[in-house]
Amino acid sequence: MAGGKMDYFDKSNKASLTVSRVLSYIFLIFVTILSLFSFYLLIINATRSHAQMATGFELLPKENFINNFITVWNDRNLYFIPQGMLNSFIVAACTCILTTYFSAMTAYGICVYDFRAKKAVHKFIILVMMIPTQVSALGFINIVNNLNLTNTYWPLIIPGIAAPATYFYMKQYIDSTLPLEIVEAARVDGSNEFRTFNSICLPILKPAIAVQMIFAFVASWNNFFTPALVLDKKEMLTLPIMLSIVRSNLNSRTGDYGEVYMIIFLSIVPVVIVYLFLSKFIIGGVTLGSVKG
Amino acid sequence: MSSTTNTVPVKHKSISYAKWGYFFIAPFFVVYVACSLIPLFSTFYNAFFENYIDGLTQVGPNFVGFENFVTLFTPRPDGRLEIINYTGNTMIMWIMGAVPQIIFALLLAVIFTSDRMKIKGQPFFKTVIYMPNIIMAAAFAMLFFTLFSRVGPVNQMIQANGGEVFDFFNNKWSARGIIAFINFLMWFGNTTILLMAGIMGIDQSLFEAAAIDGAKSSQVFFKITIPLLMPIIIYVVITALIGGLQMFDVPQIISSGSGAPNNTTKTLVMSLNAYINGASKNYGMAGVISIYLFIITGVLSFIVFKFTEPKKGGKK
Repeated sequence: MAGGKMDYFDKSNKASLTVSRVLSYIFLIFVTILSLFSFYLLIINATRSHAQMATGFELLPKENFINNFITVWNDRNLYFIPQGMLNSFIVAACTCILTTYFSAMTAYGICVYDFRAKKAVHKFIILVMMIPTQVSALGFINIVNNLNLTNTYWPLIIPGIAAPATYFYMKQYIDSTLPLEIVEAARVDGSNEFRTFNSICLPILKPAIAVQMIFAFVASWNNFFTPALVLDKKEMLTLPIMLSIVRSNLNSRTGDYGEVYMIIFLSIVPVVIVYLFLSKFIIGGVTLGSVKG
Repeated sequence: MSSTTNTVPVKHKSISYAKWGYFFIAPFFVVYVACSLIPLFSTFYNAFFENYIDGLTQVGPNFVGFENFVTLFTPRPDGRLEIINYTGNTMIMWIMGAVPQIIFALLLAVIFTSDRMKIKGQPFFKTVIYMPNIIMAAAFAMLFFTLFSRVGPVNQMIQANGGEVFDFFNNKWSARGIIAFINFLMWFGNTTILLMAGIMGIDQSLFEAAAIDGAKSSQVFFKITIPLLMPIIIYVVITALIGGLQMFDVPQIISSGSGAPNNTTKTLVMSLNAYINGASKNYGMAGVISIYLFIITGVLSFIVFKFTEPKKGGKK
């Protein structure tokens, strides 16, 4: 349609189009710099030693990246970053598997079966979707304490099974992509209902599951509030809690800033790498999950 | 594995399988009830008890009725009304971040969806602007804390230009400004993507008709795009507000939990966290603040609901 449309514009319109195009690109370059500049400073500073940083501000990298890395990697004083990365990974990986699997399962149950409470259940999940986890944190922590589950990962992983927002996304995806005839056909072939779900329907939901796994992983990797209430044993800490220790440490003494920047770098770099490879799907997933129609 | 059933009962097909639905939703519900619903009620229950540690002595739990609610709305000896203080901080920092967030997102969404301009490199720009959203908020806060600290690069730049060292985290407006800026940076890309979906849902023929009638870009923006986007803008603003009420990671890390300077960056959830995890373990007050947050969130969610109820004949 573009070809014919251009005929409607006279010369002045074409000029204004060029102007708005130029302005748009300037604005886009501005927001690009805005978005990337802090990361750029982070990377530059992670390559400088504490002494080099004291001499002043520079825009080019120095040669101390490996040094800073080795210092951080071997520092077992207040936190042990490799352990933190592993801990964060374990929690995030388990959470994202449980969240996506059980959200898909719940959504499948609602979409495929005509049981009586179906509508009410769906309404209920949508209703509780907005309730912040912080609001029930006190009661949750009391239960965790009573069950002696502090300093374990169960209180961080198990709640992932009930993820209303992921359910909502899966429900929409199943509604639009899963043909119920497949379920019927599987029944005719004598497949058990759970088998139908696991080996026939789950593969069809792969794209949605992949997107939601990334979101769930990132959310869990970045989560600070609940883990900070549950974990306080040094060897169990996840990265955000270690960062809070790094921060409160800077209050009392001036730490090695080269080390601090390296810790920040290490906490975000795994997620950034994954993101750069999968950004297309991630960005596509944002809209599907949130806009209702 | 499938040798037993060769004949499938044809009648009552949907009825005979219906019960399976309960099995499929059972794990979700068991976990939801155990990890969210029971804790929610138990949190509320705690609000009616006096239960804290004073020095070394545990006080309570004793049933005190609504006393904690009264305490929440009673000024402290220094004249500070905590709940107003923390609500105010949360709202001020949210607004400082949300206003540029919505403006940037609207501009970007219009630029990206413009049929006339056909902006190149969209995947790159979208990837870049969305990236801050996936970054750990705690790491972001830590980064900005180091960048703006007394010995950080920003102060080095100021000094290099002959200025005095400025303690950004000791001034309430610069501290709030940095926190708000991080929130803005983390969320404008996300909002852009949401608004884009909204714009693409607008009937394209309206834009074409406007172009035929010789409407200027600004006229199209204010007379067509904005009014038709209003429902989704409201949805975005209110969900952002609900998120803003939960503001915690960034100010908590930046001020190391203190809400420095002088409680001007302390948010509601930071005070909740302090009551649960702090030395006082004041579960009564934690319960009251939870109820307070729950009610505000509930009202806001209700408004979102009203705006997102499926409308008849809407485009997909």
